[in-house]
Amino acid sequence: MMRRMALKREWIHGWLLLLPAMVFLFAFTHIPAITTFINSFYSTPRGKRAAKFIGTANYERMFDDPVFWQVLWNNIWFAVGTIPLSIGLAIVMALWVNEKMIGRSFLRMAFFTPTVLPLIAVANIWMFFYTPGFGLFDQLRSGLFGLPSTNYLGSPDTALNAIIVVTVWKEAGFFMIFYLAALQAMPVSLKEAAQIEGANRWTIFWRITFPMLMPTTLFVTVNAVINSFRLVDHIFILTDGGPDNASALLLFYIYETAFRFWETGYGATLTVALLALLSLLAIGQFFFFDKKVHYK
Amino acid sequence: MNRPAFSVDRLLNTSAAWLLALLWFLPLCYAVWTAFHPAAFEAHFVLTAPLTLENFEEAWAAAPFARYFFNTFLLVTLILICQFVLCTLAAYAFVRFDFPGRTILFTLVLLQLLVMPDILMVENYKTMRLLDLVDTIPAIALPYIASGFGIFLLRQTFMTIPKELDEAARIEGASFMGVLSKVYIPLAKPTYLAYGLVSVSHHWNNFLWPLIVTNSEDTRPVTVGLSIFSAIDSGVEWSVINAATLMTSGPLLIGFLLFQRQFVQSFMRAGIK
Repeated sequence: MMRRMALKREWIHGWLLLLPAMVFLFAFTHIPAITTFINSFYSTPRGKRAAKFIGTANYERMFDDPVFWQVLWNNIWFAVGTIPLSIGLAIVMALWVNEKMIGRSFLRMAFFTPTVLPLIAVANIWMFFYTPGFGLFDQLRSGLFGLPSTNYLGSPDTALNAIIVVTVWKEAGFFMIFYLAALQAMPVSLKEAAQIEGANRWTIFWRITFPMLMPTTLFVTVNAVINSFRLVDHIFILTDGGPDNASALLLFYIYETAFRFWETGYGATLTVALLALLSLLAIGQFFFFDKKVHYK
Repeated sequence: MNRPAFSVDRLLNTSAAWLLALLWFLPLCYAVWTAFHPAAFEAHFVLTAPLTLENFEEAWAAAPFARYFFNTFLLVTLILICQFVLCTLAAYAFVRFDFPGRTILFTLVLLQLLVMPDILMVENYKTMRLLDLVDTIPAIALPYIASGFGIFLLRQTFMTIPKELDEAARIEGASFMGVLSKVYIPLAKPTYLAYGLVSVSHHWNNFLWPLIVTNSEDTRPVTVGLSIFSAIDSGVEWSVINAATLMTSGPLLIGFLLFQRQFVQSFMRAGIK
């Protein structure tokens, strides 16, 4: 009887401690996720007209919406452009910073500084590089090769790539930190043994270092994938999604739909698409990496 | 015998590293250059160019940056305090108490790492309107204060604290809240520092949600203020925009340069969990 009471009290204590966090977690994450799903089957309420159930009409609209497909492809291209490049650079940076190199602390600072800058500020800084005629890229082009000026952000072929470059600049140093932590935790004995065996740096990297970094790569990749669907701040400054949605990403399109055109019903449907995509990717990554990761 | 080859290799490596680092540092150097020189020198690099603080003065006068800074400061502090309290209590519950639903609830906490509040902006905006909080600082903060990441991080730290310490404190008569404040929190200090730095820099830089939920000078944080300031097409000069840009990122940047080691280690600690 006494034990029962103690158990019950422990339950209550546990629940009470958890209560505040759970209230906010449910209020701003779980419940909105569910209501987003429900609202995606309703029309957008306008004035006195309440939202009404319209079945899958929003979804049909989405599948017929050329802009949706465009931003989806943009987002996939954005992910393909940023993830491998920033992770590759992050590994190289971490290897360099981990070595006893001249000016190591300068290197580390240079690589990491973009991480502490707001993405909005980053966009402002890069804006100048891209300005046609006047910007640094154009000055280099005309100065070195005598080429005519280009509007990187204003032309549909280059706008998204220009945004990818900015994103890689911002992200690589952040990912470097995780690799650096992993490298520092790695036993040197393995590497030394391989060196004695006469293995060169290339072999050591691909046979020893890289496989041992796999858990970090998994962690960083998950982060990078989520980021590729989340980082849109700089688009507001650099291109505002233009020209003709050439540089709009999914989350940016959701913002436009819901807060510029005030179509919240359709916005909810687009959000469901984004959530579905994120979940699929999370599950996919889990299974893909599960086979390859060598845990200690 | 293969010493010389090794040196060449090393030299190449070092130069490549330096080249990349300089390339990486260039945009920021450039922003500093334009911000501290008159507009005439913004694409004209001569060492003798006169230094000036005029751009900063002009930016400061052109938009209510003092107010924006105050708002950001308030926002970041509010979020940090609430996160510390809520995440500590939740993490303590997960580590020290056994209750039905623990696993499910923890899974729900982890789910937030994938589904961040920013993604659910449409519904969260409706909630804020319902609560009549639109265009207030708490509205910017509330979605973030129960942070799945924070709960996870503190739980991992609390789990490493030996049970014996906990039991010893209880034998001495400490209540369960006493154990939390006398044993767990002091031993988790490095994690709090790490999480605090990550949280402050994240929310200082956050843009999309504040943009949606604020619509007046009195609530806008610096990021939103900066975006509005630089979006004015009508002839604000580059040097002034860059001065404003540096100004808004200044406190974090200076903090980072002064406490570089702690920053890097904090991000590391937060990352390896």
